[in-house]
Amino acid sequence: MSTIFDTFKARAEAVSAEVHRFPTKPEALDFILQFLQKENIADAPEAYAAWADCPFLSSFDKAQLAGRVPGLKFEVTRQIAADARVGISELDWGIANTGTLVQDAAAVEKRLVSTLPIIHIALVGANAIVPDLGALLARIGPRQASYLAFITGPSRTADIERVLTIGVHGPERLVIVCVDELGGAN
Amino acid sequence: MRQEFRDQINTALKNPNLTGALGRFSEAYRISRVKAYEGIDFEALRTQIAEVKAYAASHFDELAEQFTKNAEARGAKVLRTNDPQKVRDYILNLARENGVQQIVKSKSMATEEIHLNKFLEKAGIEVKETDLGEWIIQLSHQTPSHMVMPAIHMTKEEVAEVFSQEVEAGQLPDIPKLVKFARGKLRVKFLNAGLGISGANIAVAETGSLVIVTNEGNARLVTTLPKIHVAVVGIEKLVASVDDVVPILTALPKSGTAQLLTSYVSMITGPVPNTDGTPKQLHIILMDNRRTEMARDPKFKQALQCIRCASCLNVCPVFRLVGGHVFGKVYTGGIGTILTAWFDALKASDEIQGLCIQCGNCVEVCPGKIDIPGLILELRRRLAVEQGLSVTQKAAFAIVNNRKLFHGMLRAAKLAQKPVARGGFIRHLPMFLSDLTDFRSLPAIAETPFRDRFKAIAQPKQKERVVFYAGCLVDFAYPEMGEAVVKILNKAGIEVVFPEEQTCCGAPARYSGAYEVAAQNAADNLKALLKEDVQYVVSACPTCTVALKHDFIGTFESLGRTDNLPEAKQLAAKVIDFSSLIKKLVEGGRLKLKAGQQLDKITYHDSCHLKRTLNAHQPPRELLKQAGYELNEMYEADMCCGMGGSYSLKLPEISAPILERKLKNIKETKAELVAMDCPGCVMQIRGGLDKDGSAVQVKHTAQILVDAFE
Repeated sequence: MSTIFDTFKARAEAVSAEVHRFPTKPEALDFILQFLQKENIADAPEAYAAWADCPFLSSFDKAQLAGRVPGLKFEVTRQIAADARVGISELDWGIANTGTLVQDAAAVEKRLVSTLPIIHIALVGANAIVPDLGALLARIGPRQASYLAFITGPSRTADIERVLTIGVHGPERLVIVCVDELGGAN
Repeated sequence: MRQEFRDQINTALKNPNLTGALGRFSEAYRISRVKAYEGIDFEALRTQIAEVKAYAASHFDELAEQFTKNAEARGAKVLRTNDPQKVRDYILNLARENGVQQIVKSKSMATEEIHLNKFLEKAGIEVKETDLGEWIIQLSHQTPSHMVMPAIHMTKEEVAEVFSQEVEAGQLPDIPKLVKFARGKLRVKFLNAGLGISGANIAVAETGSLVIVTNEGNARLVTTLPKIHVAVVGIEKLVASVDDVVPILTALPKSGTAQLLTSYVSMITGPVPNTDGTPKQLHIILMDNRRTEMARDPKFKQALQCIRCASCLNVCPVFRLVGGHVFGKVYTGGIGTILTAWFDALKASDEIQGLCIQCGNCVEVCPGKIDIPGLILELRRRLAVEQGLSVTQKAAFAIVNNRKLFHGMLRAAKLAQKPVARGGFIRHLPMFLSDLTDFRSLPAIAETPFRDRFKAIAQPKQKERVVFYAGCLVDFAYPEMGEAVVKILNKAGIEVVFPEEQTCCGAPARYSGAYEVAAQNAADNLKALLKEDVQYVVSACPTCTVALKHDFIGTFESLGRTDNLPEAKQLAAKVIDFSSLIKKLVEGGRLKLKAGQQLDKITYHDSCHLKRTLNAHQPPRELLKQAGYELNEMYEADMCCGMGGSYSLKLPEISAPILERKLKNIKETKAELVAMDCPGCVMQIRGGLDKDGSAVQVKHTAQILVDAFE
């Protein structure tokens, strides 16, 4: 499994994603909380962090987390997401050979937190990484998910003078947090 | 060609931003595309894509029906129509029924094809393009210059000016700031829009799914924030199954932008909840606009295998000079010429089809395996049938079709040129013709054509004989090339036969769409060349070789002249290019290169037909190296020299800068000799170097090798 993760990490980093890996959920949570602190998350528009509901959160007390980080919101609305600096969601799969994350994104909150904020923190089970697109579509497809979202690196454009510029309509940073303990659907 | 069109070409050529940006991009693309495909069997991949798309094109009705059923079962509404007006009306009505004032759009070529924005704006609805390039183009009231990078022709200064004038004063030409500015301004539009319009890159029949590919993330917002989503999808986007998505999604980003995958891919199947919990209205319009008709056309059906990656634009030596604007408002480049002929009108392709120099670069990279230059020739043929040829063309081809008259005129031209030919070049042509040679010297017609010189060559009688097909340039301009071929073959113990009735190979007529003329040339040549019972018919001109080996058959097939096919195939089996034959003879021990030679530095120019149709780029290189030359490869060795037969006469303004690049690449190798296998390329490149006053020698491989054998 380690080689698949290595490929995934290398490919994701090649397209400007940041990749971190933690053995346990509490360690991953610590990283995220420290990250939010560094990004000056606060209870004010443009400084929120919006966290879409996900299996990762089932291990923690949301109210307590919200208490620890003012501005961390678990009720994701259109306005909260639009005013958030950081969006957090859990992705269901990774694709190694393109460094891609994949999510059943039918629930609108999942899309809001990964499209509108400046930074997207993407949780994914380290064991949920498959080798390629074919392998992925063998596990999940449009029959199971009405909005299947593939994310490869942050939002980018080269439309002005072909100069690669990160963060046009979507996030300018994609922070991938792989968690061994999350297992994943594999 | 109208003056207006020529003016457009010249405007483009004189725009340094456009040619600079496109030129740099095409150079970078060539390398990054190869890198993106590392570890992937491109041939296998594109064969798969071609099969998937060809299957879809022959089952549009069935797949559209299946798609509709499955998408509607998931809650979408599907409209299938051939009529662009119905598409426009449907969207306008939908907007009105739902009180929509503002629309956001992610990129959709299908909506550009039917000029949807203009229609909706006229009806008082605000329509915002959200792809950054498309937005810039919309704000500056221009049309896209490239299918994937619509604003590649604009500098950051121009973009800042457009933003300042059209949106908010005071924008600085700083790219990250301009991008941030666009993000902020368009974010408001996304949040306020009542309806989002997207295209789709793939539509999957078995599930009723849409696959949408973007880098900026705008399609995700267009399909998430507004309560209504309308996808306008050309029916050629249909594929049968989810499995079919894999090869297309593997190739599209690599061929399009040399990415392994775009930042975002959305696979949408039926409506999803809106942010207020209501279900989204999802409307999918399967737009035909003559695609079904195209699918029934035995030739053009192939064009429906296009996945709209625009790689044919990126490798085109003409596109990188003129950009997209000269091609029209919607689809550009090689594939654009074909699509314009169908989605707009055949007549609309009349001028732009002439831009194709037939180099075949696009055929090598097309992930849909489309023979784009072949289809452009077919357009040319149909246009010639529909509109007839010009009086000059008619007169010229009447001559070409009469060998005796044609050759008689070439002999007479030798006398007429006397006052202007010096040192083997025509330096000054009278009056208007002088424009045509401005960028290079043209060769003088030879004092004695090859057909006359041949009679004077004393060949030993041999058991084995080959037929030599000279072609007009070797026969009347470069007879020394023909003599070199004879001398080398004689060394191998082969006697050369030159059937006198051989005539023009028909390429000039075929490439002008005059297939009847080309067919007559083919028939005359078949008669002359099949008379002798030989194993090989050899030519030292790759264009002639391709004509004899492939085009005779193609021309007869196009015209339905099946009677001629058996003979054409018989000839095709015998035809071989010079270097490939010599390599065979060397390998068979029939010819031996002198050993231990340490010769000069040399560089090699690949002729389009030799490299891409005959796949014979290695034989001449191997022979030259074995002969003792040090081969110093030039940059873009296989890029067209700009000759393209009569292309350089019809569009000298494009031919000249293509040649200029070639000369620069040759000079940079510091080689004093450049080899090539095509007399047409010799004419172009030697003429260019002569005009430049360069000392670099230009020779046909046969001339270089003439004394290289023991």
